Amino acid sequence: MTDATTPSAPGITPVSGKGSLLVQDARTRKRNAAEARFKAYGIAAITVGMLMLLILVFNILTRGVGAFQQTFVTLEVQLLEEKLDKKGNRNIEDLKKVSTFGYAPLLRGAFETEIARMGIETDLKPKAMAGLLSAGAPAQLRNLVLSDPDVIGTVQQFEFLASSRVDGYLKGRVSRDSIANDKNISAEQLDLVDHLVTAGAIKKRFNLDFITGADSSDARPEAAGMGVSMLGSFFMMLVVLVLALPIGVAASIYLEEFAPKNWLTDIIEVNISNLAAVPSIVFGILGLAVFINYMHLPTSAPLVGGLVLTLMTLPTIIISTRASLKAVPPSIRDAALGVGASKMQSVFHHVLPLAAPGILTGTIIGLAQALGETAPLLLIGMVGFIASNPPDSIASGLLDPNSAMPAQIYEWAKRADPAFYERAWGGIIILLLFLITMNTIAVILRRRFERRW
Amino acid sequence: MALGLTGYVVFAVLLLTVGVFFMARGKARSSVGGDVRVLHSLPSYYGYNAAMFTAVPALGVMLIWMLAQPMMIENAVFKLIPDRIIEEGSSRGLVMSDVRRVAEGLDVAVAQGALTSDEAASIRSDSTDIRSLLGEVGVALGSTVDSEVLFAAQEYRNQSAGGLFWMSVIVMGLAIVGGSISISVTRAEFRARNVVERGALVLLILAASLAILTTVGIVLSMLFESINFFRLHSWTDFFFGSSWAPNFRGDSDLSILPLLWGTLYISLIALLVAVPIGLFAAIYLSEYASPKVRAAAKPLLEILAGIPTIVYGLFALLTVGPALVRIFGRGDDGLLGVEWMSGATAVLTAGLVMGIMLIPFVSSLSDDIINAVPQSLRDGSFGLGATHSETIRQVVLPAALPGIVGAVLLAASRAIGETMIVVLGAGAIAKFSLNPLEAMTTITTRIVSQLTGDTDFASPETLVAFALGLTLFVLTLGLNVLALYIVRKYREQYE
Repeated sequence: MTDATTPSAPGITPVSGKGSLLVQDARTRKRNAAEARFKAYGIAAITVGMLMLLILVFNILTRGVGAFQQTFVTLEVQLLEEKLDKKGNRNIEDLKKVSTFGYAPLLRGAFETEIARMGIETDLKPKAMAGLLSAGAPAQLRNLVLSDPDVIGTVQQFEFLASSRVDGYLKGRVSRDSIANDKNISAEQLDLVDHLVTAGAIKKRFNLDFITGADSSDARPEAAGMGVSMLGSFFMMLVVLVLALPIGVAASIYLEEFAPKNWLTDIIEVNISNLAAVPSIVFGILGLAVFINYMHLPTSAPLVGGLVLTLMTLPTIIISTRASLKAVPPSIRDAALGVGASKMQSVFHHVLPLAAPGILTGTIIGLAQALGETAPLLLIGMVGFIASNPPDSIASGLLDPNSAMPAQIYEWAKRADPAFYERAWGGIIILLLFLITMNTIAVILRRRFERRW
Repeated sequence: MALGLTGYVVFAVLLLTVGVFFMARGKARSSVGGDVRVLHSLPSYYGYNAAMFTAVPALGVMLIWMLAQPMMIENAVFKLIPDRIIEEGSSRGLVMSDVRRVAEGLDVAVAQGALTSDEAASIRSDSTDIRSLLGEVGVALGSTVDSEVLFAAQEYRNQSAGGLFWMSVIVMGLAIVGGSISISVTRAEFRARNVVERGALVLLILAASLAILTTVGIVLSMLFESINFFRLHSWTDFFFGSSWAPNFRGDSDLSILPLLWGTLYISLIALLVAVPIGLFAAIYLSEYASPKVRAAAKPLLEILAGIPTIVYGLFALLTVGPALVRIFGRGDDGLLGVEWMSGATAVLTAGLVMGIMLIPFVSSLSDDIINAVPQSLRDGSFGLGATHSETIRQVVLPAALPGIVGAVLLAASRAIGETMIVVLGAGAIAKFSLNPLEAMTTITTRIVSQLTGDTDFASPETLVAFALGLTLFVLTLGLNVLALYIVRKYREQYE
């Protein structure tokens, strides 16, 4: 603080007489300019921060919104009896013998008739036409036939997913220049797409399957969805909630209300504040070594993910719970003790209910943090496979291999096909919506129930 | 199967607990003929007491048993593996993992109905092709099964099943004994509330100790595997070697220094972005901004801290990286017409994005610290004629400096431990280079790449991840402790 006086100490001549209070001398101007500059730096810093946030949000929205729309091709398919049911007795076992390869010719035929009906001229072979559809289209046809054998022999209108290249073309991701070296689609096929779009057979519409569906293989980005990994995240959060909330609250009650000041309490306190700052990947290593390697819990199970995230979230919950316990005034405790309650009764009957809104807020924020965490999940194996089967019971939800939302996003970001990037951004929108909802609930709870004593 | 039995036991204990609660409460009531004023404690306390003695010892023993059993069985079976079946280049640990797989495979086969449990117990390696049998039920084995391995696997299964059986018996026994004792002591003069409260206190202490247990778990799990690693690989090469080149056929160069360099370089760039912006933002918000601006800008800035790191990782890989390539790369097509950057993943990419992530971290910590500087210091400075910025630079900042250093250290520890941004944005090449436009790799990315996919816990290439993790833990812990020490010391100064 002595620095403040040194520059102006001896050499300055006093402004006696000559100076005016209304006219600034050079030195004052310099100091004022420095003041303005300094303030401008501050404004610039805030602006840069805001700008980054804006760019990030804008980037996520513009790139991700496309994932919620998907291109569909409407086709009338003749379900020929001689191809699907040669015996003609509609026996389900016989129908199952016809694999998806058996359905592919129907699609080719459907394309041919459709294009002839619309009067579109093209040199393309029927096989190339059917290449506009997703590779899952025959399976879609087959599933319908197996669920209702009576449709065989009739003509049905279907809405098929278009292949990811066609989808990308309609969304502007794929252009005629970019497909020069792409063997999945040709310029002629794109011409056909143009014709079909004008004829109304190819349309873009909202795609619920992205939100509710399962992940798909590398070859079919158009069919990939977040649904199953959302369930994985849900079960992990369930584990975190069931374990972290009671343990965290119990630990905070002890530390805040009962703990004597001694070395053990000190160690616990230091431990908790350090755990809050341990890199999340270290918790992943712990999970791998203890839960999977030592205890032989199943790899990739949401149960293990939940356990790891519980350990990670505990410090957050403990810190916020202690703050809300501390906020309950001592007079409440004294009053309870005064009318004859035991210490334990005063805490559980009076202090804890009063601190509940604060505890709940802290828990929700802790959960939101856990929901977005990715790094530990990589180590316990929640990436690197296709999470395709939604769990059918609580036990299978906890123990069967599954992914989680952030792990699914990471998985898509690592795949080679750029069509998956759009899915990844779309997944981020869903993830952020969850986080925003949770944080909003936390803020509302705080506003609504927080008491100022 | 194993989990099935455990599940039933837990369920039975819980059911018993509920039953005992009502029985004890009822007994307390009826022992005084319905006049609860005569009881020492409220009737429900007698119930809680009985429930506590039923559930807590039983479930506690169960937990400890489940933790200890694998280790004991492992040790017993470990000794059963004769030295001669351990092949050249293999290790006892590898054979042991084979044993475990065979045992699990047999369990799966029984569960799927491919074998009856008697068949599984009497199966012989010379008469049945176990490898193809287990392959059919979805358990892939690397090699054919030796009779010794099969014997060890059978022993493993027997001991596991036996252990599980005895655990169930003992746990149920404890629950029943606990329950009946606590019901039999239920009398009017029994001080149930005091006992329950003491028990509750013990549970609270246990919950609080979990923090210590976690730390111990982290340290031990990494320490053991690190020791295994240093048995297989020289520690001098790990700490002082100069190249990182894992090779899954063995004979790898596994040295931490190139990784450490990449980590520190990226963290440095991140701090160069985050510290000036964060600090100036904090100064503006705490010293200049009107309450309205502050109320709007502070939460907005803190949104950046709430965004999951996977989002930043994707932002680095797909937005910032390509944008940088457009500026510094692509030769004549690029904005600068230079060819300095070839791929989207680079030190600069990861550093910039990590810097953005750390802005709110630095700004909110510094904001707290600047606000903690007493107003009297500012007033004194203003009184001497200093301008606002002179006051900040020459009075407030020097006073807050220790705290700000603490905040920067905390941010640095965050940057060093950050994973997703570097996994997606930094690349995978370990080297010493000063060029920020090249791809480099970090400690955290190597941990991820060594531990994902198929891992073999007997090879130094996998185990090195634990040594890296331990180093990372020690590094960040050191920074955190130092930072917290500085911040705490500074806070005391003005209180």
